[in-house]
Amino acid sequence: MSGSSSQGSLHALADRWLPKLVLSPTLAASLIFVYGFIAWTGWLSFTESRLMPRYEWAGFVQYQALFENERWWTAAANLGIFGGLFILFCLLVGLLMAVLLDQKIRAEGALRTVYLYPMALSFVVTGTAWKWMLNPDMGLQKVVVDLGFTDFTFDWLVNPDMAIYTVVIAGVWQSSGFVMALFLAGLRGIDDSIIKAAQVDGASLPTIYRRILIPSLRPVFFSVLLILSHIAIKSFDLVMALTGGGPGNSSDVPAIFMYQFAFTRGQLGVGAASAMMMLITIVAVLVPLMYMETRSAKRV
Amino acid sequence: MKLKRLSAAVLAASLFPVAAQAADVEVLHWWTSGGEAKSVAELKKMMSAQGVTWKDFAVAGGGGDNAMTALKTRVVSGNPPTAAQIKGPAIQEWGAEGVLADIDAVARAGNWDKQLPPVVSRVMKYKGKYVAAPVNVHRVNWLWANPEAFKKAGATVPKTWPEFFAAADKLKKAGIQPIAHGGQPWQDATLFESVALGVGGADYYNKAFVKLDKATLAGPTTVKVFETLGKVKTYIDKGAAGRDWNLATAMVINGKAGMQFMGDWAKGEFTAAGKVPGKDFICTDAPGTQNAFTFNIDSLAMFQQKNPAAVQAQAKLAATVMSPAFQEVFNLNKGSIPARLDTPMAKFDDCAKKSSFDMSAASKGNKLVPSFAHKMAMPSATEGAMVDVISQFMNSSMTAQQATERLARAGAVR
Repeated sequence: MSGSSSQGSLHALADRWLPKLVLSPTLAASLIFVYGFIAWTGWLSFTESRLMPRYEWAGFVQYQALFENERWWTAAANLGIFGGLFILFCLLVGLLMAVLLDQKIRAEGALRTVYLYPMALSFVVTGTAWKWMLNPDMGLQKVVVDLGFTDFTFDWLVNPDMAIYTVVIAGVWQSSGFVMALFLAGLRGIDDSIIKAAQVDGASLPTIYRRILIPSLRPVFFSVLLILSHIAIKSFDLVMALTGGGPGNSSDVPAIFMYQFAFTRGQLGVGAASAMMMLITIVAVLVPLMYMETRSAKRV
Repeated sequence: MKLKRLSAAVLAASLFPVAAQAADVEVLHWWTSGGEAKSVAELKKMMSAQGVTWKDFAVAGGGGDNAMTALKTRVVSGNPPTAAQIKGPAIQEWGAEGVLADIDAVARAGNWDKQLPPVVSRVMKYKGKYVAAPVNVHRVNWLWANPEAFKKAGATVPKTWPEFFAAADKLKKAGIQPIAHGGQPWQDATLFESVALGVGGADYYNKAFVKLDKATLAGPTTVKVFETLGKVKTYIDKGAAGRDWNLATAMVINGKAGMQFMGDWAKGEFTAAGKVPGKDFICTDAPGTQNAFTFNIDSLAMFQQKNPAAVQAQAKLAATVMSPAFQEVFNLNKGSIPARLDTPMAKFDDCAKKSSFDMSAASKGNKLVPSFAHKMAMPSATEGAMVDVISQFMNSSMTAQQATERLARAGAVR
């Protein structure tokens, strides 16, 4: 009698404390290694740090140096171009592929694998492969010219005005399959009876997609947007492998800027300031999205 | 493999604590390619002949960027290596952090001040005391040419800029790409500094890129430099964007292109392809830079050691690096020339002999200048800002006037 009650209280104790105990190491690790280092970077961005960290308060000088740097603005503008187009085309292509695959076709499993496969490659591999394909001397342009279309030119990779768009092409190729998978899962999760009801009402298939299915994918849109925007903002490896930020600095992005200034140019302070600007950009995208999403969830 | 070596070293250190620490040097470097690794092996052999154990700390890749990151962690954790491959003004930056060792006694005993050109020894000193030992000298203002291509085009190897453009036109007419170039920022800067030295001369170069004099940087000579560079740009093919320097060298080797502006590490590519200097390829000064010499020097900076035995081993390392025997064998393998002016040059090839002769002459004539494209002339922040402007100029329709204004602004970045 007394034994079972003490066992019961032990259970209660374990129920209360075990989850906390199990989670605490990971919590502590992320507090230190994520939020702690964010705070450290933030602090560094207000110091005079050059080659190594130096903890003397310097106010906003590093931010001032950053905003006066023309290269930073090139990088920021490129992020705008790349981020906007990358997200837009990934959404469009991914959604289109998901809708087409949703038509109960044969060999769907195989096709899905084909489209999803690029996601299995690292961005470095994608970048290197597309670098060869887009190279005017040996890639796409050469193939078409060799076919007899001698006027054909496709030299975006080496054209300073267009290089950033080649990054968009490679990025969309890599990530749209993943977006497709998410949308497809979302489409499959929708109750069949809604579709049947709409069919009984005489709605055509495009109308059903446009008015019922795609709007009900709203939560999926939210996750996709979140993942894509943060892939875009932190993108480093793809650009590094594909164009190296070049020609010149024409396809530079903030992550490359940050790396070079912090680690190879002895300007840790400016690097830290640019890292903070990237963080702020992510927060600026994230907070409104999350606010919108939680508000609409409450309304339902 | 590395782990095994590390654990072996730890084991050895724990078994013979005194003996192991008594004579250990640990050198951080990124000489990892074929010829370079052979050169380092020589140093290792010479050190062990003196009873000093060599602990290799090679970090490959990134032109030393990775190695610098590794070095920073080691220094921050209070455990710096004996020496590290650091060059140019970066030596001053590390000196300012207060972590470099004073090896002035070794230098005085070896009479380094006499052996080295003053411009070079100044780089090796922090606040008047030697803190680093030079290993080799690379000349940057070379023009590499394919004589076969020149014969085919009926052109002569140029000595001045007007001759250069005449030759380039002839090459173009003969269907040969006049200039092989790789459109990476550091290569753009390498080309720029050869043009600047050729157009402006050594005095201009010193004032603009070493003293960072604002009026000189913003002056009419810089505009002329950019105008010339803009003209040179038109002889470069569109595929140059992002091309590695050795691929550009290969274009000269196989006759696809006529000329390349590149430092003397390009020679390694020619000789590896079985080409003979003077016969299969020509090394000459970049147009207008006769008797002038832009140098890029690799050096080993010494870090403060707590253990007195380690300090002794460090002194031995510094003395060995500057010994004529080492300077000869290392540079024969690496393709560069010795930093010591009195090293015998008999075993070197013609390009190296010319390089060594020109260095002595340039040193006497005050025409020995540090290469800024290779981080020898100015703080890394300034250098980075300038390289940004130059590669922007190479890859846009910016005018010479605009480029000059922006270069002057970049020169003020510290």
